[in-house]
Amino acid sequence: MKPAPFAFLRPSTLEEALAALAGEQGAKVLAGGQSLVPLLSMRLAAPSMLVDINAVPDLGHIDIDEAGVRIGALARHAEVLASAEAAETQPLLAMALSHVAHPTIRNRGTTVGSLVHADAAAEMPMVLRLLEGSVDVASVRGRRTIPAAELFAGPLESTLAHDEIAVEAFFPALAAGAGVAFEEIARRHGDYALVGVAALVQLDGDEITGARLGFVSVSDIPTVVDVTEAVNDRADPAAAALAELEPADDIHASAEYRAHLVKVLTTRVLAAAIDHARSRARKVTT
Amino acid sequence: MSNAAGEEVHDVRLHVNGSVHEVQVPARRLLSDALRHDCGLTGTHVGCEHGVCGACTVLVGGRPMRSCLMLAVSAVDAEITTVEGLTEADGSPEGRLSPVQQAFSDCHGLQCGFCTPGFLTTITAGLRDNPDPSEDEAREMIAGNLCRCTGYQNIVKSVLRAAALRDGRGATSSGTENLEDA
Repeated sequence: MKPAPFAFLRPSTLEEALAALAGEQGAKVLAGGQSLVPLLSMRLAAPSMLVDINAVPDLGHIDIDEAGVRIGALARHAEVLASAEAAETQPLLAMALSHVAHPTIRNRGTTVGSLVHADAAAEMPMVLRLLEGSVDVASVRGRRTIPAAELFAGPLESTLAHDEIAVEAFFPALAAGAGVAFEEIARRHGDYALVGVAALVQLDGDEITGARLGFVSVSDIPTVVDVTEAVNDRADPAAAALAELEPADDIHASAEYRAHLVKVLTTRVLAAAIDHARSRARKVTT
Repeated sequence: MSNAAGEEVHDVRLHVNGSVHEVQVPARRLLSDALRHDCGLTGTHVGCEHGVCGACTVLVGGRPMRSCLMLAVSAVDAEITTVEGLTEADGSPEGRLSPVQQAFSDCHGLQCGFCTPGFLTTITAGLRDNPDPSEDEAREMIAGNLCRCTGYQNIVKSVLRAAALRDGRGATSSGTENLEDA
């Protein structure tokens, strides 16, 4: 099927783009379009206007400092994945990005676009939530920062207002003594994950002072569960996580199978994240 | 400005295979459709039309992208290469097959041929990034493209053969005898 008709604007400044959005209730932002264009073609979305931000300058940056990685609205997944500096500062970025669709899609799709598309089956919204990052949004009313915990309202629904553009995402750097890991199970590599789990652990010497898990495809919105207590009580972290999750049946997998995958992957990524933290600590001391 | 259906159209200048195409299209025209209908370049094939099958893959600024997931009006600044642009100049009107195209011919890398344009463009860019792929890397390179004839074995052989041809290895041979173990 083909998209329904819409008006189109390709502004060359952010101000122009924001004014257009403010003036048109049914307008949508087009960046990479790798999720939006299929929705248009399947007529699951029919915006009255598209505001194409690809010609807006200064949105393609990947800025890295001690605090973390700042990714502009037009930085493509492939560019973020190719940044060795970004991977060094926050290793979970590259770990998860290599699972985002196929390279061809990553060449066009943007990381910030994926965040505000707010798909609970997508990797990057979960990563932002697990790392407690944030998204900066702009509108004619000004700029504001939305913490990841407040970004996701429901399935494919972010808390951005219709006239706001997400201009930058911030992924905090991995702290000293911390480790991360990510694994997902998909029918084919590059497909939507049946289940994906990321772990972020914080060590203080041999003691685990923090253990959090982020889940892909097991709830309506990207979900993070703190399992520090379960880990330290030698209880079952996966059981603790499942108590807060609602795996659902769909055409790809049953709820029972998803729950099973949550257990398997939770065990694997917790162990891998602890190993990661220890190997980082060794590197620092040697 | 409107078309016969009363829909607003946009003047769009597309840069395809080194030529400029001035086309008038509605905003909703997919790049894949603009290439085929408005530029007359029907080598780009449209399969699933939602980014899954990879048949419509073209090179945008040298990088493979799905032309069905781009709007023509959003492709104005890009240098686009379609399957028609892969042949190399040799003085003849039709040019010479590129190493990837030659490899597909050598290795029987196509059956019905519908998916082939997407494979050719994807592999052309893939070999630029990784000129000497292992068999596993060759499979990874084409993981985003579907062949419904399921001729993947010969497509993987074609990737390895194309790497050899690019490298000058086996350039004079059109046989596949050295690929039996590939």
